[in-house]
Amino acid sequence: MTMFRKLTLSAVAAVSLLGTQAAAEGDVHISDVDFSFDGMFGAFDQMQLQRGLQIYTEICSACHGLEHVAIRTLGDEGGPALPEDQVFAYAEYYEVFDQALFDGEGDFRPATPADKFPAVTSVGAPDLSLMAKSRAGFHGPAGTGLNQLWYGMGGAEYITAILSGYEEEPECAADANMEGYYNTAFAVGGFPESCVDEEGHNMVLGSWIAMAPPLYDGAIEFNDGHANDIQAMSEDTAAFLMWTAEPKMMARKQAGLTGVIFLAILSVLLYLTNKRLWAPHKKKD
Amino acid sequence: MSGIPHDHYEPKTNLEKGMEARLPILGLLYTTIMAPTPKNLNWMWIWGIVLTFTLALQIITGIVLVMHYTPHVDMAFASIEHIMRDVNGGHMIRYFHMNGASLFFLAVYAHIFRGLYYGSYKAPREVTWIIGMLIYLLMMGTAFMGYVLPWGQMSFHGTAVITGLFGAIPFIGESIQTWLLGAGAVGQPALNRFFSLHYLMPFIIAGLVILHIWAFHHTGNNNPTGVEVRRTSKEDAKKDTLPFWPYFVIKDLFALAVILVVFMAVVGFMPNYLGHPDNYIPANALATPAHIVPEWYFLPFYAILRAFTADVWVVQIVQFLSFGIIDAKFFGVLAMFGAIAVMALAPWLDTSSVRSGRYRPMFKWWFALLVVDFILLMWVGARPTEFPYDWISLIASTYWFAYFLVILPLLGVIEKPDTPPATIEDDFNAHYPAKGSTAAAKPAE
Repeated sequence: MTMFRKLTLSAVAAVSLLGTQAAAEGDVHISDVDFSFDGMFGAFDQMQLQRGLQIYTEICSACHGLEHVAIRTLGDEGGPALPEDQVFAYAEYYEVFDQALFDGEGDFRPATPADKFPAVTSVGAPDLSLMAKSRAGFHGPAGTGLNQLWYGMGGAEYITAILSGYEEEPECAADANMEGYYNTAFAVGGFPESCVDEEGHNMVLGSWIAMAPPLYDGAIEFNDGHANDIQAMSEDTAAFLMWTAEPKMMARKQAGLTGVIFLAILSVLLYLTNKRLWAPHKKKD
Repeated sequence: MSGIPHDHYEPKTNLEKGMEARLPILGLLYTTIMAPTPKNLNWMWIWGIVLTFTLALQIITGIVLVMHYTPHVDMAFASIEHIMRDVNGGHMIRYFHMNGASLFFLAVYAHIFRGLYYGSYKAPREVTWIIGMLIYLLMMGTAFMGYVLPWGQMSFHGTAVITGLFGAIPFIGESIQTWLLGAGAVGQPALNRFFSLHYLMPFIIAGLVILHIWAFHHTGNNNPTGVEVRRTSKEDAKKDTLPFWPYFVIKDLFALAVILVVFMAVVGFMPNYLGHPDNYIPANALATPAHIVPEWYFLPFYAILRAFTADVWVVQIVQFLSFGIIDAKFFGVLAMFGAIAVMALAPWLDTSSVRSGRYRPMFKWWFALLVVDFILLMWVGARPTEFPYDWISLIASTYWFAYFLVILPLLGVIEKPDTPPATIEDDFNAHYPAKGSTAAAKPAE
């Protein structure tokens, strides 16, 4: 029995460690960011989501779509929570193709809150709706992935690292004439032979990404005067994209907390019931 | 229904008598719910209830998900996002279903290893064991097909890899793979039939669960001593057992509630931890993910599949002896299914006269090693196929087969087992001695 308990415990521990399987392919630089939505009680910062929305609108949306996100959800609680009139005004910013117009031949019209963000396919840039969930990012401490247990898979950290990870090309690539831009957080891009050492290991972090550096210090002026350096804007964008990927996160955590408390109380009651039920049989008079 | 002497259902009211005369369903329910159960069952006997609950959870959440899901290659991914964003409570239902699969397998592995340790598979419970193995096989099929339905990158490329296993069968493999997929490649026909089967198979599992329960109610539960309930008289049987209701129902519900606390925390706070981020990328035939990794519960057998490569001498000998028909790829497939087959054959491979591992001093250690081996295989299944992981998986796979094919048969011959208690009552009383006896050292609660 005790042996079994030990074995079960170690099995559970081993399973929980398996999360480390989601390690990055190449060596990249992704550091932890202290997001407001990390952890069991973490919540989205409404102001940060609105700044992220502004960055997406003014910069990212030129090439990237959000095809799974309905514009009306910008007004949802637990999200950017824009007032209704602003949601309507924001929707008109986009044009969508409506098959019903023009006697079924279809035509473009201004979007309404009921529409989704348009998908942008022109330049082959990936859709951003689920970007924060489709990438594993920071998996520390020390590569164990244990932080992913509490802080999520790290997609937001990944996005932050990509947006702020552009650097001067390393010297080893000086003659390689690489296409794209050197980024220390991007694992799967082009990589010059001249930066691979004799043992086949990459000498520099990251790889070359097709996306030009989208942000620069002061690229956007926020109404609330919030910091607009690259790091701050990268975090705001990442937070917004975490929301587009997981818009029900706050409702989910609330349900989780309620459920855990309810079930914990139920467990205690059942424990006491069980104990009392068995007492006459376990201690004979 | 039960082979243990017990009280029978006595209809009292006229309504009950009338019903019982026409369809004895009340009597059936009574015998099931009041089944005499060995009173010394420990906490490893709770997984059956957990599994029954999880099957119900998966079927109920699954039925709701189907109401909003579209099995079409162009729409499946978006319909899942529709569930996650627009359906009332849809994100919770989907996360319950997703993580429910993990709970299901955690519980089934605990349940199986409990059976292996306490010899629950031995006569007269072989049929229960075989039905259980069939349920486990169906569970794996169902879980695999369910993972295909979101039509993400892992769904798509995982399907190609797994159906490719059947493609390794000599001569007819390719035809079988095409037949399974309904086409030459993974696409709409595969998605449609996997959807159909994913909906069907849980109900087959439910039917087999009823047979599973029927079988062990007929033989009586095994218990930690492996000693049978006395059937000499109703009075003797009563000394060894307590009725399932309320004693074991309440005990099991308590354990279930504790497990659900953890499950709820996983769903609420880390619902994607056990999944793979790549499955949030829509399926794309042209871009293969860097690592195709199955879900954690397949990893031990995935490791066995990959362990037998062309440079292993056993594989080379078999290839030579079979005139090249059994190549390394097919050998791996055979090994994977063989690993489950040898487990299913445990009742006939175990030669020991003593049922429970508790009274088998040598068996204990080999069994502990098997558990470690299983966890090691699970870990190595997620690693790349390079040194030292290839050696680890080869050694661990070999031990898996050695345990069932060599160690279990030999132990029964060379091991000197301890003497189990004469009766279940003795075992129970040894745990909970009467007041005033040697247990007086234990402080009163």
